[in-house]
Amino acid sequence: MQTQTEIGYNSKVEGDVVLTTVDAALAWFRKNSVWPMPMGLACCGIELMAVGASRFDISRFGSEVMRFSPRQSDCMIVAGTVTYKMAACVKRIWDQMPEPKWCIAMGACASTGGMYRSYATLQGVDNIIPVDVYVAGCPPRPEAVLDALIKIQNKIGTQPILQGTVAAKLLNLQEK
Amino acid sequence: MSALESANKIKAKFGDLIAEPTEFRGEITLKLADAEKIFDVCRFAKSIGFDYLVDICSVDNYGEDPRWTVIYHLRGVANGQDLRIKTDVSEEKSELPSVLPIWRTANWHEREVYDLMGIRFSGHPDLRRILMWEGYPYHPLRKDFPLAGKPTDLPGVAFTKVTPMEGGPFVTLPSSSDSIAREPRVRVPEGAERAVSDQRLIDGKLK
Repeated sequence: MQTQTEIGYNSKVEGDVVLTTVDAALAWFRKNSVWPMPMGLACCGIELMAVGASRFDISRFGSEVMRFSPRQSDCMIVAGTVTYKMAACVKRIWDQMPEPKWCIAMGACASTGGMYRSYATLQGVDNIIPVDVYVAGCPPRPEAVLDALIKIQNKIGTQPILQGTVAAKLLNLQEK
Repeated sequence: MSALESANKIKAKFGDLIAEPTEFRGEITLKLADAEKIFDVCRFAKSIGFDYLVDICSVDNYGEDPRWTVIYHLRGVANGQDLRIKTDVSEEKSELPSVLPIWRTANWHEREVYDLMGIRFSGHPDLRRILMWEGYPYHPLRKDFPLAGKPTDLPGVAFTKVTPMEGGPFVTLPSSSDSIAREPRVRVPEGAERAVSDQRLIDGKLK
């Protein structure tokens, strides 16, 4: 038996309703569940594990789901020295990640090549993939990585998701 | 039996092929005259207790002849003895027998020497590069190869660029007088003072 749904003011839900735009709500969902792709290439990878472990606990920011499959992740954290041999793999894994995607260059090596000024080391991962946040340190403190994540979240929060897309046009059509 | 006694045993077996064992800070070194005999010497060394190949490394005596020196570090795990066997290889030949049938660990050691120095090992079943990417055209540990590297590009596989060496915060200076002057972290990086003065200018304008 179908019950009649009450339309209009409802005292039971009053106070729990928040008015927002679809874009803002989607961005809020998105930025609080950034799934990282841990690209641990050197000692920064160890510190990245500390970020994920209980003491620093990246799950407080909704990013505890470290995916070792690029097709399920949003944010590549390049943690460590990118050698020219590994550069091809990093680029390929980045290309396998679905849009939208972000990138954190964690530590001196991933940002600039660090102390490895030699024939074998890529001088900064931004030579091959776009980087959103660079984290200084050798390796950086886990707090610094969390700060980078928060910066990424702030960036995601301001990026329009539906504006200009096919979905937005469909929604507008329905409104008309 | 000490390491020196073991070395003398090898010397007695191969005679003139091997020079008198030299000792430096308690470490024994044997010099083998003919690199082609390295397999036989190593097999005999293993039969008298050197069951562990610690490392194979190579030296580029650039400008001298023969150009290469290949060094085998052996250890007897049971008796705690260490032994070093050196042999010279000419640049024209750049090849010597693989010791992989004696110690299987030689597989990757020999690939590393081949990758970085370009010395080949005959009889090696899988002599590919191990550190640089496949298709890289140089052997970067040679003395005539610049530390900054050379530009290469193999589309779809990999590339290398020349590393900027000037003024960086991590570049050591080989000609510096002492270790403190050589230490990159005590120097103000080139351009850093300029950046500070630029920042002061900006601050001044803001005020």
